[in-house]
Amino acid sequence: MSVSPARFEVKTASDGMQTLAVSGDWTIWTVNDVAERLKARTLAEAGSVDLSGLGTVDTSGAYVIDRLINRPDRDAPLEIVGASSKMERLLGVVREGSRREKFDEPHRPGVIMLLDRAGRGAVDAWKELLGTLSFIGETMATLGRLIIRPSRIRWTSVVSLMEEVGIDALPIVTFLSFFIGLVIAFIGANLLAMFNASVFTVELVGIGVLREFGAVLTAIILAGRTNSAFTAQIGAMKMREEVDAMRVTGLDPMEALVAPRLIALLVMTPLLTFAATIAGVLGGMFAAWIAMGISPILFIERFQDTVPAQHFWVGLIKTPVFAMVVALVGCRQGMLVEGNVLSLGQRTTTSVVQAIFLVISIDAVFAIIYYLIDV
Amino acid sequence: MTMAAEHTGAGAPETAQAAELAIRVRNLTNRFGTKTVHEDLEIDIYRGETIGIVGPSGCGKSVLLRSIVGLIKPVESDIEVFGKRLETLTRAERQEIERRWGVMFQGGALFSSLTVRENVMAPMREHTDLSHELMYDLADMKVRIAGLDVDTGSLMPSDLSGGMRKRAALARALSLDPDLLFLDEPTAGLDPISAGRFDELIRSLKEALGLTVFLVTHDLDTLFATCDRVAVLSGGKVLAIGPLDEVRENPHPWIQEYFSGPRGRAAQG
Repeated sequence: MSVSPARFEVKTASDGMQTLAVSGDWTIWTVNDVAERLKARTLAEAGSVDLSGLGTVDTSGAYVIDRLINRPDRDAPLEIVGASSKMERLLGVVREGSRREKFDEPHRPGVIMLLDRAGRGAVDAWKELLGTLSFIGETMATLGRLIIRPSRIRWTSVVSLMEEVGIDALPIVTFLSFFIGLVIAFIGANLLAMFNASVFTVELVGIGVLREFGAVLTAIILAGRTNSAFTAQIGAMKMREEVDAMRVTGLDPMEALVAPRLIALLVMTPLLTFAATIAGVLGGMFAAWIAMGISPILFIERFQDTVPAQHFWVGLIKTPVFAMVVALVGCRQGMLVEGNVLSLGQRTTTSVVQAIFLVISIDAVFAIIYYLIDV
Repeated sequence: MTMAAEHTGAGAPETAQAAELAIRVRNLTNRFGTKTVHEDLEIDIYRGETIGIVGPSGCGKSVLLRSIVGLIKPVESDIEVFGKRLETLTRAERQEIERRWGVMFQGGALFSSLTVRENVMAPMREHTDLSHELMYDLADMKVRIAGLDVDTGSLMPSDLSGGMRKRAALARALSLDPDLLFLDEPTAGLDPISAGRFDELIRSLKEALGLTVFLVTHDLDTLFATCDRVAVLSGGKVLAIGPLDEVRENPHPWIQEYFSGPRGRAAQG
């Protein structure tokens, strides 16, 4: 079907009365140009609008015509001539739809808006801190109750989560840790060779991986992988009102959702860290072997002689703290998800950022404490 | 650009026989795993009519809608919309057809990162070259036509109640002034008064704009209030199709129970 463009023309009758005749198809596809041209034109003299020449009209076209009839700069609407009953009905629908109550949004200067936002940000940060503390308290209380009555622990859920957060994460954790060990050894090899002390690479790898990288790397991977999964899982349940359903049936979401995740992570994080540490040392050993010709046997012997086991415990003792950070941040952000998709995305992002931030900050605090007590 | 807004009210079933077809479905088969949802389904929908699709839960009402608009790829199908076979169209031709239909999903499916007004403007922005100002005004007009206050336009979908969300979804479906409107359970979950107003709205829009409406519903009141014809789906086929009174006489036990059960009688009364 062919389309004829929307047109209008002004006819002047012998008595000086002007008539605006519109014709052609006035639809959403044709109306743009004509709307622009109509706006530019002042039709002060026109007394009526002739609609008899119209072809196809839809609501968009009718809206533009209606705006023409009820021009805001005129007191009375123009007279309509030659409208079909169909057209009149359409105009009725559109007029119903275009009555506008003007509502003015308060406009404030930029400086005030800036202060307003800064203030809100500060209050939000304070609330976030309080919220986190209260969530930690709530979790500890739940954990305490579960220790008194261990039969209430959901073992099925704990075991399945242990698989999800522990065994499923094993490949990536060991793989990445192996490479970090390798990188440290290569750096050490070049640097220490300048002092003719390349054999100290063993200590570098050993102490670095045992004290820091094993634990921190594992925690960061968990923060990226497990933490976001916790937020998304609990958040999706929150969105579909499953969490509310649990509450009203007398199930405590803290006990059913948060506690199993915390327990699973508390058990699995030290084990993953252990695996990561081994993999890191193996990576270092491999690099030392190919870059400096230090044989694995020599590497292990020197490792036993020069790297005290204390470093291993120093690294491992941090892992329960990291586990709690990942579990609590993930679950809390999940619980804060509201009923829309946007908030799920925001919460998941916040969750990962907070967890990584906290893991590294807490690691720094540990480093200071260790330095002060000289271990 | 083809524009065929046939504003003749070919809604009456008698004249509909002679009227042009809006949708023609032949040997449509849909299978999910081993479960057959549609088997050689046939249905004709005429220009300018409102057709209500009913049937027991799981009989494939929504699947039929999704097959027609192309969200599901059927195992076998021969679907024509406005006389064009959808399977054989090029991308551009298909887009042309897509501009002529509006779909309102069950849950509204509003874009959650956009305000209601931006939701309504989204299809215009994509397909038309309207000036921003006109688009803005038209979006506000659609929002009002759908029965919402104009200041609702600035709200986010998450701030809306269920009924408002349905209306906003309808406003978006009407965005490009479609000739064919698909409604999936438009009144489900609304209170009876809002549902009644919604029925009224659909009827008046259809009359004023000459729309063809494809309506999937469970709601008997909606069916009685808005539909010219009714199609009953069951067992993968169209069990009965025709004007409401005719379908109601069908002796099939499900149809009898559906229309003569307590709810069916209440809706007619």
